[in-house]
Amino acid sequence: MTGTVRRFGKVVRAVHWTIALLMIICIVTAAILYNGSIGVAIGRRHLVELIHVYSGFALPVPILLGAISRSYRLDLRRLNRFTPRDWRWLRSRSRRDGSIKVGKFNAGQKLNAALSGGAIAALLGTGIIMYFPSLTRLSWRTGATFVHDWFALAVGLLVIGHIFYALKDSEAQCGMRTGRVSASWARTEHAAWADEILGAPQDVEQETLH
Amino acid sequence: MTNTHRDHDGPEVDGKPIGRRTILGLIALAGAGVAGGKAVQDGLAKVLAPIELRDPSGLISLIPVGDSFRFYSVTGAVPTKDAQTYRLAIDGMVTHTASYTLADLQAMPQTGLVRDFQCITGWQVPQVHWSGVRLSTLLDRAAPAAGATAVRFRSFDGTYTESLTLEQARLDDVIVALQMLGGPITHNHGGPVRMYVAPMYGYKSTKWLSGIELTDNAESGYWEHRGYPIDGFINPSQGQGA
Repeated sequence: MTGTVRRFGKVVRAVHWTIALLMIICIVTAAILYNGSIGVAIGRRHLVELIHVYSGFALPVPILLGAISRSYRLDLRRLNRFTPRDWRWLRSRSRRDGSIKVGKFNAGQKLNAALSGGAIAALLGTGIIMYFPSLTRLSWRTGATFVHDWFALAVGLLVIGHIFYALKDSEAQCGMRTGRVSASWARTEHAAWADEILGAPQDVEQETLH
Repeated sequence: MTNTHRDHDGPEVDGKPIGRRTILGLIALAGAGVAGGKAVQDGLAKVLAPIELRDPSGLISLIPVGDSFRFYSVTGAVPTKDAQTYRLAIDGMVTHTASYTLADLQAMPQTGLVRDFQCITGWQVPQVHWSGVRLSTLLDRAAPAAGATAVRFRSFDGTYTESLTLEQARLDDVIVALQMLGGPITHNHGGPVRMYVAPMYGYKSTKWLSGIELTDNAESGYWEHRGYPIDGFINPSQGQGA
């Protein structure tokens, strides 16, 4: 295929969409459990609670299972590492104009990944404390409920922000749906990554070769 | 790049592992929150409660301070009952069965309580005002039969049940509640009449109370079938070791 480049492998996409599904189930059931009016209208608290809890327990599974794939592990490493360019990108007001060359992930995506990962771990831990009350003392359960509520709110905002940015960029959506993006999009949005996989743009290449 | 054997790794992976540090930092923050969250929550609640009362938009109440009620219903739609349609049955192993209207209950001596409401999962509501009829008053009128040792509560949601031993049921702070938070008990709170078993976790306080039955053993109720202890004392030293 000319004009397109591979952005995400099968495993990466499978992990993304599995997490997306589990996360949406968690958010919808959380709304039912947390909001009194919705909660009483829907009722069946035990069933809603089971769906919420087991979706939450399942959430880290695809994240960990994905590690069997080399390209998934490499993507995680790229998300993990912040370069000086990332800090400049975050501080820049004109970060979208391409003057700071972005790698496979921009610093915002890296931050989203790290915050989501940490929040999922925090929600899992506090969720376990709440779901198995015999494990800990009451004051810890109260603390766990408090932490769970605030992290849930934060994750909700992260997910809304993530979907907001994704909806603005159909090419990025295409990348996560099909695994491929156009080379021109890669050059514009992730120039350093495009240089890495396609080589530097032609005109620049001529200069460096002579 | 100098290390050519890592030819797929661009300069992007040479940075600092900020992602990992962020994740570990959030986990540490959550841990601190579990240990100290109750104190923070009590402080926040003190600051926000007066603001929330004067907030016409209701947005403040969406902040998860954690000091507010969460409404539990274990079935689908629960029927609504009012002063005309509400009845409380007292039956089982008693000498005098009864069916009380809301007005009958309101005409009896009322007991007021101000207590923290405590859910077993951790959430709590400080200093809730309750009032109603002591369960012991209704038990005295019914005159339990000699073999009766426990009390079983039914809900007009059609599903929920709970039990107390007769000894627990006769405690002074176990009431058939008609009012909470300074007014009649709303439908979402389990009104018009619900149990309030002050020394125990919330699941022992049956909402939408429709019947009180004297039995010869304390049966497991709805949440107890799903893992909660039948002895629901918040302070374990009050427990009977059941």
